Amino acid sequence: MSDHAAHVSAETVRGNGQGSGRRRGGGKGDRVMVPPAEFRSYYGRPIVKPPVWTHDVAAYLFTGGLAAGSALVAAGADLTGRPALRATGRVAALAAVGASGYLLVKDLGRPGRFLNMLRVAKPTSPMSMGTWILTAFGAAAGAAAVAEAAPYLPRRGALGLAARALPTAGRVGGLVAAGTAPALATYTAVLLADTAAPSWHEAYPRLPFVFAGSALASGGAAGLIGAPVAEAGPARTLAVAGAALELTATHGVEHRMGLLSEPYRTGKAGRLLRAARLLTAAGAVGALVGARSRAVSALAGVALLAGSAATRFGVFEAGRASAEDPKYTVLPQRERLAARGDA
Amino acid sequence: MAGPNSFYGPIDPAADAGWTEAPPRMGFFTDTSVCIGCKACEVACKEWNAVPDDGFDLLGMSYDNTGQLSANTWRHVAFIEQAAPPSEAAMDVLREAEASVSTQFLGMPSSTLPGSSGREDRDLRWLMMSNVCKHCTHAACLDVCPTGSLFRTEYGTVVVQEDICNGCGYCVSACPYGVIDRREDDGRAWKCTLCYDRIGEGMTPACAQACPTQSIQYGELDELRDRADKRVEVLHQRGVPEARLYGHDPADGVGGDGAFFLLLDEPEVYGLPPDPVVTTRDLPAMWKHAGVAALTMAAAAVVAFLGRRP
Ligand code: SF4
Ligand code: SF4
Repeated sequence: MSDHAAHVSAETVRGNGQGSGRRRGGGKGDRVMVPPAEFRSYYGRPIVKPPVWTHDVAAYLFTGGLAAGSALVAAGADLTGRPALRATGRVAALAAVGASGYLLVKDLGRPGRFLNMLRVAKPTSPMSMGTWILTAFGAAAGAAAVAEAAPYLPRRGALGLAARALPTAGRVGGLVAAGTAPALATYTAVLLADTAAPSWHEAYPRLPFVFAGSALASGGAAGLIGAPVAEAGPARTLAVAGAALELTATHGVEHRMGLLSEPYRTGKAGRLLRAARLLTAAGAVGALVGARSRAVSALAGVALLAGSAATRFGVFEAGRASAEDPKYTVLPQRERLAARGDA
Repeated sequence: MAGPNSFYGPIDPAADAGWTEAPPRMGFFTDTSVCIGCKACEVACKEWNAVPDDGFDLLGMSYDNTGQLSANTWRHVAFIEQAAPPSEAAMDVLREAEASVSTQFLGMPSSTLPGSSGREDRDLRWLMMSNVCKHCTHAACLDVCPTGSLFRTEYGTVVVQEDICNGCGYCVSACPYGVIDRREDDGRAWKCTLCYDRIGEGMTPACAQACPTQSIQYGELDELRDRADKRVEVLHQRGVPEARLYGHDPADGVGGDGAFFLLLDEPEVYGLPPDPVVTTRDLPAMWKHAGVAALTMAAAAVVAFLGRRP
């Protein structure tokens, strides 16, 4: 029997509500949050593969949302005559979309691998669709941001000609960017949901709203940081509305999906999402009470940006955790079978 | 051509992918009731496909030191040790399989099964199963691949073209069985090709060829499905009621597997999902929800700016 001790038995494992099914239940640190459920597995090993994506992808979720929100703010400011808010939005959008491109290429290893994706357009692949959305948005946002340089160009000569053409080009670019912005902000939710990571897939009706809210909050936040209070009114409205949407939809993800909500409340993801809630709520309150103070508004903006980033990292971690523990794959599928009467 | 069942439901995958006059769909039937755990399939696969080793790693669990299917393991033999006496009928089936194998076979250290000798004092039941890519009818890996690197062959199988793969890793997260994986050194995705190069020449895939007990059977999928149904019946008659098929049903969540199994316990015991569903089944609904969220965003922006013209 001596070799038996070296073997981990593959018999029934008891889920303990906080992590690896490899551990048997009943241990000391066993804080049960949901009724422990019996399930079986192959030595507690994951069934689906945890994502191979690094935190670059989580950061990409944030920068993409920030770019989208900022582009909407910029276009609105352009159309309603708010030059400082417009400039802020355009510069933030370009910087954020630039960061997105950088993160994507970094995750793939080299630029050629990004271009690889521009040789196909595949509707069944959210990543393929996203690549096109990002490319279209990036070009338009770039044009809009460059137009902000017009006042600094000489009035005469070839550059003068450019200076006179720029505002129109900027408006067109800004509007195209704003038109693609909602797609840029929400496709990433489909990107995560269209996987076998149980807690990402299950969240598909809710994640787009989490990300839409988070994008609006961060775009509004950029406006609060970069524009004087006299112009920042609509950015403030968007920041607060976005924060409300982000908080509500995230609450749904954390509580309305049964066992598959658990990874959003526990471990690293749980800590990140709790921090996100505090930051986002504080930012929203700050944005409301600080309507007359540039400093308070800017602080609120920083809190909202941090909250949005924490939300993205939290969602990212929750999906990974749900793939790592086989109970999140086995138990819901068992329930599904039982409901069909097949088990 | 793409049709209403392109995402979900029974379908002929080669025709759906645009192949005209495709040959019959080919697949594997892996009958675990006669698997003796010799790992000939793992070895043959590695040799034929020149798959690098995974580094020698003692996992301290059972006879399995590979642990899972991965970029460098395209056939994986799972060993399950259960603290329950095996049924005599199931052991008879196995002993027959074992007896059919020459003791010289592949220089196996022993001609007996793990657990078959000394079993009386250990009271252990051993399950062994050679796992592989399922070559799903609705393959999530293929659906989500943004480069077109993963494609459907004329035999209905799913193959990666490594020269096109950009290593994005989307397929890894999409596979409901945890099969396909990214290789550390070249950053590309790899998995079983069902020996695309061999079957094109009319040869049998390396693993099936090497399997000494015919636990791995290769052939036309329709024919394999018939054979599997009959096999289950025989096993039930011989007193092995726990025998069941897995992945054989074209009406299941992935439209049926091109590589399916006969198991002797619940799928999750072997590390298989009990009720896999291709994630892209819900893709239209996902885009719909994203669309509503996108419109919400746009509307919020319009209201925020129009609500307060300066
Ligand atoms: S089992 Fe996974 S890797 Fe194999 S075809 Fe199906 S989805 Fe693709
Ligand atoms: S890693 Fe390669 S095969 Fe997998 S989805 Fe990306 S490009 Fe396609």
